[in-house]
Amino acid sequence: MNANDYLSLNFKDIRELFPIDTRRDFLKRLGGGIIIFVALGDFLEAQEEGRPRGGPPGLPSDFNAFLKIGEDGRITCFTGKIEMGQGPITSLPQMLAEELDAPLDAVDIVMGDTDLCPWDMGTFGSMTTRFFGPALRAAGAEAKRVLLELAAESLKVPVSQLAAKDGVIFDRQNPEHRLTYGQLAKGQKIQRHLTAKPALKEVAEFKLIGKPLLRRDAHDKVTGAGHYTGDVRLPGMLYAKILRPPAHGAKLKSADTAAARAIPGVQVVQDDDLIAVLHPFPDVAEGALEKIKAEFDIPEATVDDKNIFDHLLGAAPPANVLAQGGDLEQGRKLAAKKIESTYLNSYVAHAAMETHAALASIEGGKATVWASTQNPFGARDEIARAIGFEPQNVRVITPYVGGGFGGKTFNLQAVEAARLAKRVGKPVQVMWSREEEFFFDTFRPAAIVKISSGVDGAGKMTFWDYKVFFAGDRGAPQFYTVPNHRTVAHGGGWRAPEGSHPFGTGAWRAPGNNTNTHARESQIDMLAAAAGVDPVEFRLRNLSDPKMIRVLKAAADHFGWTPAKAPAKRGYGVACGIDAGTYVAAIAEVAVNAGDGSVQVKRVVCAQDMGMVINPEGARIQMEGCITMGLGYALTEEVHFKGGKVLDTNFDTYEIPQFSWVPKIETIILDANDNPPQGGGEPAIVVMGAVVANAIFDATGARLFQLPMTPDRVKEALGKV
Amino acid sequence: MNAAFLFCGSWREQPLKPENAMTDAISFKLNDKPVRLEVDGDRPLLWVLRTDLGLTGTKLGCGEGYCGCCTVLVDKIATRSCLLKMSDVRDKEVRTIEGLAANGKLHPVQKAFIEHDALQCGFCIPGQVLHAVSLLNKNPHPTREEIIRGMNNNFCRCGAHTRIIDAIQSAAVEMKGGR
Ligand code: FES
Ligand code: FES
Repeated sequence: MNANDYLSLNFKDIRELFPIDTRRDFLKRLGGGIIIFVALGDFLEAQEEGRPRGGPPGLPSDFNAFLKIGEDGRITCFTGKIEMGQGPITSLPQMLAEELDAPLDAVDIVMGDTDLCPWDMGTFGSMTTRFFGPALRAAGAEAKRVLLELAAESLKVPVSQLAAKDGVIFDRQNPEHRLTYGQLAKGQKIQRHLTAKPALKEVAEFKLIGKPLLRRDAHDKVTGAGHYTGDVRLPGMLYAKILRPPAHGAKLKSADTAAARAIPGVQVVQDDDLIAVLHPFPDVAEGALEKIKAEFDIPEATVDDKNIFDHLLGAAPPANVLAQGGDLEQGRKLAAKKIESTYLNSYVAHAAMETHAALASIEGGKATVWASTQNPFGARDEIARAIGFEPQNVRVITPYVGGGFGGKTFNLQAVEAARLAKRVGKPVQVMWSREEEFFFDTFRPAAIVKISSGVDGAGKMTFWDYKVFFAGDRGAPQFYTVPNHRTVAHGGGWRAPEGSHPFGTGAWRAPGNNTNTHARESQIDMLAAAAGVDPVEFRLRNLSDPKMIRVLKAAADHFGWTPAKAPAKRGYGVACGIDAGTYVAAIAEVAVNAGDGSVQVKRVVCAQDMGMVINPEGARIQMEGCITMGLGYALTEEVHFKGGKVLDTNFDTYEIPQFSWVPKIETIILDANDNPPQGGGEPAIVVMGAVVANAIFDATGARLFQLPMTPDRVKEALGKV
Repeated sequence: MNAAFLFCGSWREQPLKPENAMTDAISFKLNDKPVRLEVDGDRPLLWVLRTDLGLTGTKLGCGEGYCGCCTVLVDKIATRSCLLKMSDVRDKEVRTIEGLAANGKLHPVQKAFIEHDALQCGFCIPGQVLHAVSLLNKNPHPTREEIIRGMNNNFCRCGAHTRIIDAIQSAAVEMKGGR
């Protein structure tokens, strides 16, 4: 299987929604009460005009979410979205409770269960709040309307005379005259399929949205009571360890499993290419796996982490023009200073702390699979294909996911568990080791950006010629005002033609945008330096988008920026970006140790305009997480490989951010409640490469063109100053 | 019945024992209760906790001692259970995240993590909490620098670091130097 066979990050791959028969069974199972179905599409379209930058093209037509008000008054929201740390377990009930005028405590949420939740494409692209949120709010508003109608009937007063508060509807003129939502739902079998857009609350009416709320899953997670996939236990379950090739592209020649079989209690299973050892203890299975003597044919190593960029440039697909205007030749002539640069990004791993895990149990022609996945419905379909079941006979349940970042959309481990469970007739758990995780990760692709640009004597950009290879278009379009410009992308992102990458590549938190923003904002800084203008001032001089101007000024004010031409030996850097509809500007302060080439980021101020904010506390946490995680791809993270062999197998050589790296982080969320909510889980990470590179330049005068900026690369660049 | 199975969930009534494996009787204290296990002394504590005993709060992150997700307290000191053999805990006191809250009352460090929203996916959190408890045991009044140094090798991919530091600081204040 190839990662490229999997869902892309746009809506083009929308397949069949909830199958009709299942829906009927399902409704029967749901029991009485009030059920509201809502489709995402209409609301998305309504949102479209208000959004600053391109959105998903194809849209699903059926419902995507629904909620139920039970006869006990509990409100349950069902969604195919999953919780992997980004916080919808808190923010979605918050939105629902708001529209419904219900107490937050009365709202439950069921996530990522393919037998209970409506079809969903997956949790990525910072789409949960942006696209799913409005639909959920609409369902809440509709439910409230139904409740008001029911109350009007029972209380014999017109709807206009009623008000709702804290899960109770009362007569304004006689507040004692009241009914709870539970009383209203009792004995009902109401199902509404919402088609028209109901009136949502105005910002001024919000009681819950915009209020900082603590995570609802925190207690579970600090006590160890919260279950992740690997924590699910079934009677008689076995743990599987799978024989892995030493390199991508390696073919198995022979395997001698006798020694493994000789270990008491060990079962060895061979299912085509899949050889696994199973045992009631995972550590015993692991020991047995080591006893298998296997020989592989390993293809000759041609590419490695050094020559990969030449290889990629040679393999690059033709250019796709993303934007152009004016006349580049004219722009070149007008330039007083021209700068041409090439920026490089290495492969980066997702490295969630939870490795991929799945537990599969097959009984009576029905497979139940618990999986750590960002797209339970995708996993369901993959499993169904692999074991020859109809998708409706496969149920995927998603417990808490221990981090995803785009890395859990390719569900090989779930397929492996299901295949093995089918073979042995017992529940089987597959939990990857860290080494397997590094081997099978769908890495952020290595990529190249080439920019040629120029600036006139007045510090205005005259032309911008931008080519990105293999990172794709997210974040590539220009938001500065440059009269003569062209932006092209070679390759549509992490989906690349066969033979381009030596292993699987995939979406990595804000896919493509980290690469594009690093290149653009580094180049802008070089232009500012060439023009002899302070980098914040230079950006403001070349910006006309009021939103970006506001965000940049907010960051600069908060930081206490004073103008100076870089390198000013202060170690200050700035970078701006747009991702998932959110505008972000960051300013960092770094210290560079010229002796060993190490970089300490001391302070990061990050300002963001993300439209309406549902849970400001959750939004801040995401920004902090982005800034911290972003230090990794900026400073150390790169996958070392030779041919199909991934040389990094654990955190000893693949270094992720640690406590001692973390700067003082100050986040600013601009008040923009009149605009629809935009993405929050990814935007702040896109600026981290450039903001650190620019700060290193300001500190030392050394310009780094390749990420990560490892001590060796810093020393090399310092040598050129 | 074997004392160990007082703790495990209802999912398994019979203790598991690989046939003919070299087993040994190992006694230790687990979350304040005495345990006696018939187990191969070379098996890692992590998997015995997670599999045999059903205590799944202790997580696997790397399996090689780098990340701290598998941290438990052994005689009150944070220890990585993926590297610890069962024979190493003989007669010791082991505490897992499940045994940190005394009589349902959260430990001040747990409370502080909740109050500071010091988590995202939460996968690293049992290890972070136990490591912080161990740190505060040794040094009840740590400076921010000491917390950072002390926690440095507990990884968190989600980037909850700054809030974890804040949480530990406020737990230290709350605990006033004692447990
Ligand atoms: S799992 Fe033990 S240190 Fe990572
Ligand atoms: S909260 Fe996700 S790894 Fe720490």
